[in-house]
Amino acid sequence: MARMSPSSILPSVLLALTLCAAPLARAADAADSASWGVDQLMSTLAQRKTGRATFTETKYLSMLEKPVESSGELIFVAPDRLEKRTIRPKPENLLVEGEMVTVERGGKRFTMPLQNYPELAAFIESIRGTLAGNRNALERYYRLKIAGRASHWTLTLTPADSRMAAMVSEVRIDGTQDALDVVEIRQPDGDRSVMKIRAAADTSDNGKP
Amino acid sequence: MTLPRLSLTAAGMALRLWLLGLAACIAIASNTRFTADLSAFLPQLPSAAQQLLVDQLREGLVSRLILVGVEGGDADGRAAVSRAMAAQLRRDARFRSIQNGEPVNQSADREYVFAHRYVLSPAVTPDHFSEAGLTAAVGDTFDLLASPAGLFTKQLLPRDPTGEVAAMLGQLDAEQRVPMHAGAWTSRDGQRAVLLAQTASAGSDTDGQAQAIDAIRGAFAQANKAGTYRLVMTGPGVFSVNARDTIRHDVERLSTAGLVIIVALLLFVYRSLPLLGLGLLPVLSGALAGVAAVSLWSGGVVHGLTLGFGTTLIGEAVDYSIYLFVQSAQYTRDGKRDDKAWVAAFWPTVRLGVLTSVCGFASLLLSGFPGLAQLGLYSVAGLAAAALVTRFVLPGLMPATLKLRDVTPLGQRLAGVVDAAHRLRWLVAVLALAACAVLATRHDQLWEHELAALSPVSAADRALDTRLRADLGAPDVRWLVVLTGPDRETVLQGAERVGRALDPLVAQGVIGGYESPARYLPSEATQRARQASIPPSDVLAKRLRAAVAAQPVRPALFAPFLADAERARTAPPIQPQDLRGTSMALAVDALLTHHDTHWSVTLPLRAPAAAQADQPLDATAIRAALAGADASHALFVDLKGESDNLYAGYMHEALMLSLGGVAAILVLLAVTLRSPRRVLATVLPLAAAALVVMGGLAAAGQPLTLLHLIGLLLLVAVGSNYALFFNGQGGQRGADRMSPHTLVSLLLANLTAVAAFGLLAFSSLPLLKAFGLTVGPGAVLALWFSAILAPGRRHPPETPK
Repeated sequence: MARMSPSSILPSVLLALTLCAAPLARAADAADSASWGVDQLMSTLAQRKTGRATFTETKYLSMLEKPVESSGELIFVAPDRLEKRTIRPKPENLLVEGEMVTVERGGKRFTMPLQNYPELAAFIESIRGTLAGNRNALERYYRLKIAGRASHWTLTLTPADSRMAAMVSEVRIDGTQDALDVVEIRQPDGDRSVMKIRAAADTSDNGKP
Repeated sequence: MTLPRLSLTAAGMALRLWLLGLAACIAIASNTRFTADLSAFLPQLPSAAQQLLVDQLREGLVSRLILVGVEGGDADGRAAVSRAMAAQLRRDARFRSIQNGEPVNQSADREYVFAHRYVLSPAVTPDHFSEAGLTAAVGDTFDLLASPAGLFTKQLLPRDPTGEVAAMLGQLDAEQRVPMHAGAWTSRDGQRAVLLAQTASAGSDTDGQAQAIDAIRGAFAQANKAGTYRLVMTGPGVFSVNARDTIRHDVERLSTAGLVIIVALLLFVYRSLPLLGLGLLPVLSGALAGVAAVSLWSGGVVHGLTLGFGTTLIGEAVDYSIYLFVQSAQYTRDGKRDDKAWVAAFWPTVRLGVLTSVCGFASLLLSGFPGLAQLGLYSVAGLAAAALVTRFVLPGLMPATLKLRDVTPLGQRLAGVVDAAHRLRWLVAVLALAACAVLATRHDQLWEHELAALSPVSAADRALDTRLRADLGAPDVRWLVVLTGPDRETVLQGAERVGRALDPLVAQGVIGGYESPARYLPSEATQRARQASIPPSDVLAKRLRAAVAAQPVRPALFAPFLADAERARTAPPIQPQDLRGTSMALAVDALLTHHDTHWSVTLPLRAPAAAQADQPLDATAIRAALAGADASHALFVDLKGESDNLYAGYMHEALMLSLGGVAAILVLLAVTLRSPRRVLATVLPLAAAALVVMGGLAAAGQPLTLLHLIGLLLLVAVGSNYALFFNGQGGQRGADRMSPHTLVSLLLANLTAVAAFGLLAFSSLPLLKAFGLTVGPGAVLALWFSAILAPGRRHPPETPK
């Protein structure tokens, strides 16, 4: 009976809220992503099995007169476990493991299948897929483009389908070697979020995720 | 000359009456419906809590669930089969819903929650829209913007700055526990795709359930054209349908096998097909009379188990004609059979045996459980009819001379054995004592305590059910709060009061959570109160300006919020039909029900996540909370506890009734035999046989159910004839010594009984198996113990015949 309860509606605050999103798909450039650089980057990234880092995320939203900031910790365990622990301004935990995502906020816990929320899935996969060096996972949602060198690279993800493109126009990831430095998410309405990542001090072996 | 004509007329009368009765029975039986659900084992005059259990088991949501698994092949393929099946079944009117993890109602759900957020949100109170309330709510919403969800929730800020959607969804903390693969639910180990179907027909409607199951099979066959995958299904409806099929199958198979053996035995002795046919007439008449009697008594519905029980009657009823044919073969006058001599010599014994059985079973008629009463009625009617046909119809139809096989040599050998049998009295004593010892040492785990023990569901099916339930994270609905009222508004208000009483218990961890239809469809009173909490637009605008003064936004951003709030303030209250198309409609349909004159609302409770699987909830705390919150008329029920109580009551009643039956038998014997010694001699072998059978079952680790108890009654019915014959009642011709014919008839009757009952031990149905295990060995023991303990053999007759 528990299942009869509207389990499929329960899903989170997070996503139930995408109701008003207007599809404003932007034509993405259809550059051939099968470049040599992507494969090499992916194999470098795939060698990292675990990582722990702190992040500071700044959101620039047009409806707000000044940006909002949050910070916390990122933990990644290969192949598919990603945890984003926000500490400020309000504790919140986002855990993705396999195909399920769990959000903990204000003493409540929501677990839901990623699959039912394609926008969220794509959003999460942009970071998780990159950390895992999983090209297939990334290409399920994005076209990939790489620029720079191994010592300083930029991976640009462009949503492959229009539904996702209504939410995110581009994800830009800057990194050095096998570490991510900045993840920038741009939305079609001009809003964007910039997440800066710094290796946690206590993980000597791994550095950044 | 007058006498024979008179008797001829009497025989003709009997024949005509019999044919008439037979025709009537056939007419009734052909208009009878057979069911196979557990409802026959539910009480007729239940308490309020039991009524709830009965309703749930018959009609409730629980009874309508079919759990489906797709196995084999690879994970992606299984998910594809699951999606294809779900797509087809969702269009099928036989189902209310098909769930497999696909977000089919997602957009309708979102629209409903969003459109009606101000009457659905529990956060909406007058304080909520005061300046302080607005400041706090808006602050929370801004915090959400900073969270990872911010990019997705920002669209909501201008329309829902007070976070009503979040507040509404926040109370629905039921976790999505089923893992997904490729867009469909999968089992935890990933080896099975799982779906949950809710049928339109109630679980007690076995035909409706059978159709739903066929629809699922059809959808699966269509999605599995290559035959790569396997389908598994469980659920109450599946069990009922399977049970009905199994009963049918077992009854056919076992009664055919039993009949073949009996027919072979009888043919060997009778050497005549017509005589064989005649010998089976009482059986047939008895079975028909039994079905007809039950059908008349229970309004045309006979439980499949009763029918299964019918097969056991073959073993008992065929004995009567054996006694008649074999024993009357020794009574001849002028080369002709002399029925009157048999009637005079043996009928009293057979009649007493029949009456003994009838007494035993008649006690079951008093049972408050229709299933048990059906068994009793079936037996009484069946045995009485079989005996009457044997006595009054068969003699008129029998050929004047019987060319039976000459059984005298066999009989004489048996007589020798029987004469020596008394030397084995010590063995009976040893066996009985051993049985007592076993029963004494195992008295704790002797009896099965769960209602499920009666269910004709195999252990393998139950194991599959447990597995699928675990996969779906769909625990049995065990704890409910139920309240009833004259109309929807009353029960919804009641549900809200109960919810307010339960909320602190959730916070304290006494319960894990609860579900309530009032969450999706609040009572009109609550809706109006929430509407009244929203201030007029200009007041709200002024307070909002003050509330967002500290936030980095322009107040103009919130114009859509002010418009929505004003609309919500004056909108008509939401009605059930507004829920159409949402998954919440299902929850409301299931939890808010309308019976003839009253409405009832059900709130299922969940155990705290940390609790052990089988640990009961703190009923005292829950009842106290309900009583303290003006919801004292709400009933808290533990369905599992209730069902176990039911079984315990059932068991207790069956035990009492069986004892009553035994008492009735003792009185009957005392009145008829008029000798305590002979009563004892009749009862002792039967009691010893029953004791040894129980001891044997206990030693084999077989938990005893009340079916075994009924089996013991049957054993008394079958065995009483043996004991009575050995007891001298039938052996009048030779004072102490039984005639060879009588002994052969007893042996033959015993062999047929063992054939009929023993085979039942191989049935997959607990009921038939229980009878087989008790009566099969019991009948042999009863015969032997009767021979061994027969009175007067300690001192063999001084003057040999």
